[in-house]
Amino acid sequence: MDNNKPVRLLDDNGLRVDGRRFDELRPLKIEVGTLDKADGSAYVEHGRNKILAAVYGPREAHPKHIALADRAVIRCRYHMAPFSTDERKSPAPSRRELELSKVIREALEPAIMSEYFPRSTIDIFIEVLQADAGTRCAGITAAALALADAGIPMRELVAGCAAGKIDGKVVLDLSDVEDKQGEADLPVALMPKSNVVCLLQMDGSLTEDEFKQALDMSTDACRRIYEMQRDALRQKYHVVKDEADKEEEAEVNA
Amino acid sequence: MNAERKQLVIPGDLLGEGPYFAGENTFRDGTKIYAARIGLADIVGNKLIVVPIKGAYIPRIDDIVIGRITDIGMSGWQVDICAPYPAMLPVSETPMQRGRDIGRRDLTHIYGVGELTLAQVIAFDRTRDPLLTTKGRGLGKVTSGRVARITPAKIPRVIGTKGSMITMLKKETRTDIIPGQNGVILATGTNPDQERIAVEALYMIEREAHSSGLTDRVRAFILNEMKEKEIGQQQASSVA
Amino acid sequence: MSATHQLSPVARLEQKTVVDLIVKGKRVDDRGPLDYRPTTIMLGVVEKANGSAQVYLGKTKVLAGVKIQPGTPFPDTPDEGILTVNAEFVPLASPTFEAGPPDENSIELARVVDRGIRESKAIDLKKLCIEPGKKVFMVFVDIYVLDHDGNLIDAAAMAALGALVNAKMHAFRVENGEPVYLEEMMPVPMQNYPVSITTAKVDSVTVLDPCLEEEQVMSCRLTVTTGKDDNICAMQKGGLGFLPPDEIKQIVSTSISKAKDLRAKILSNVK
Repeated sequence: MDNNKPVRLLDDNGLRVDGRRFDELRPLKIEVGTLDKADGSAYVEHGRNKILAAVYGPREAHPKHIALADRAVIRCRYHMAPFSTDERKSPAPSRRELELSKVIREALEPAIMSEYFPRSTIDIFIEVLQADAGTRCAGITAAALALADAGIPMRELVAGCAAGKIDGKVVLDLSDVEDKQGEADLPVALMPKSNVVCLLQMDGSLTEDEFKQALDMSTDACRRIYEMQRDALRQKYHVVKDEADKEEEAEVNA
Repeated sequence: MNAERKQLVIPGDLLGEGPYFAGENTFRDGTKIYAARIGLADIVGNKLIVVPIKGAYIPRIDDIVIGRITDIGMSGWQVDICAPYPAMLPVSETPMQRGRDIGRRDLTHIYGVGELTLAQVIAFDRTRDPLLTTKGRGLGKVTSGRVARITPAKIPRVIGTKGSMITMLKKETRTDIIPGQNGVILATGTNPDQERIAVEALYMIEREAHSSGLTDRVRAFILNEMKEKEIGQQQASSVA
Repeated sequence: MSATHQLSPVARLEQKTVVDLIVKGKRVDDRGPLDYRPTTIMLGVVEKANGSAQVYLGKTKVLAGVKIQPGTPFPDTPDEGILTVNAEFVPLASPTFEAGPPDENSIELARVVDRGIRESKAIDLKKLCIEPGKKVFMVFVDIYVLDHDGNLIDAAAMAALGALVNAKMHAFRVENGEPVYLEEMMPVPMQNYPVSITTAKVDSVTVLDPCLEEEQVMSCRLTVTTGKDDNICAMQKGGLGFLPPDEIKQIVSTSISKAKDLRAKILSNVK
């Protein structure tokens, strides 16, 4: 059916098409360690986005000549499944996917302590299984978890969330119809502990004030998403703390 | 110290501030020390460390490793030790061959591609690939037994405090178990069933590394398996 | 151009362990020679796609999505819809998969799955005609390998079939050569349900549904795809090993009966 008929994005009560208020995040579901073969992996559902991220590394650099003498080469591939969008997308990488691969790598790389592993590569793969706007941000959220899950040394995690403008109002976390028919889109990624922005893009039209509003809204959301990332990691490894103590005691006494 | 001992920490978590040193898997920013990897926080003397749960094998000098020959070069073999770096075993680091000239054909006779070697790391740093030797006692070609591959971070658990876990494993399965620091473990017994049970016990340890009562559960598993396969009786180990 | 594959990443001693076990009638994961690994099929996991299915075959994970869109028919079949099957071996699924255009393995898999669906006439393509010679519906089946632990062909075929059976499209009528969509949803017109069964030859023994460790030591494999009437609609031998004709007949016979069980399992997931 036709998704492109113009709709009213904000109703009389200020509620959005999916019932959210202007500053509400779409629901998130996070799982860590979903894949068997990858060194680290994570699966994120953010609204109707379904994103799988996996990390391999550090591993031998192939071909050898790309290796760097003093740190690991970080490689990142953002890719969308052909069935992930309304219209089927050709599996060949598009210019958009290549651009996004670059900005995502630039958001994650500063957090990775790549100097630990000279002459090797750390590969990050992000596969969008279903897309509904905000995929690069959700992809970063998933990839940061996959890196942590792989045991790769990092300064901190990275979380992503977009803000935008619809029907003249600045709102958080655009959905697909809001992205397609709205007036501005601002994807942001944040390193929450250092409070620094590592991904920032914008397209559309915003006044300076609107931009500041949107930036605050999205960085705030990134901090909330970071707490969810921590919970997901704790969930996966939760047995670890309590039991490690008892076991150690028992053994020394045995 | 901000984090508790044995607390699960994730990258960026604050471990402590002030009179501490930044130990393994941590980093310092000003006066604060943070976790760099997911793992358990701990303190050794006044050094804050994180004991990792997962991660690639990074070789250290003196590590015992089990590797697979991947290529034969002019003067030695290239060995895959499951690290981000291929290792090199020079023929000069294998037990002497009575002083004759070693040609390439002879290299193949000592180790062929695909064979396994039990070796020791004698050199490794940021600028060069690891160098191995098989001159030590017990080192050399692996010709029999079964191999288990686990994440290297769990090798300490396989060994256990003061060797408690590995001693129990060897005794109950009646196999010789050699854990490589690179996560590859060799189990050699007198019959394949013992070896299989040892390998399954090792994977069980990897899966449940940090759950309580593990040593007892693994022992119970082994005894049950041994009995089922009727691999001879032995005195039941006393359970504390 | 096809070239000999790179050397095996498995040590000879470890290969020997797997082979010795199989020859004795045991497998690394304790299965019988005719047993499939625990199989889970979930339908409709990607709501935006017309149909989708996620298959877990042991630790192997494959996702398939179906998209249906109008397009131009081929000149020699003006009144038939078009089926396209594509497979992606995405690099996150295995340390051995590289980013880039499909390699010979993913192309072989896509074509084998395609033949199974096409030759069994699983989809009634004539029912996907909008205006003969001008417009028909194109059915895109995209197979996404997510985790490679062996026997990707069977997992992919299962996922493709599940996605097709799950797929819904808007009912339509034709006005001036264009489809006019109605509110009501209808399933893709299916009339057959092909299932592929892959057998691996290890030393002198054959086993079904090889896991990755077994694939690494097998000499060759034979995939047999059958339809609901037990008719064979596709076959593919892969690998450098040999199969005596009698053994092939044996394998085919086993595959046909095994396909029945698997088909029932896949279809039981349909709501």
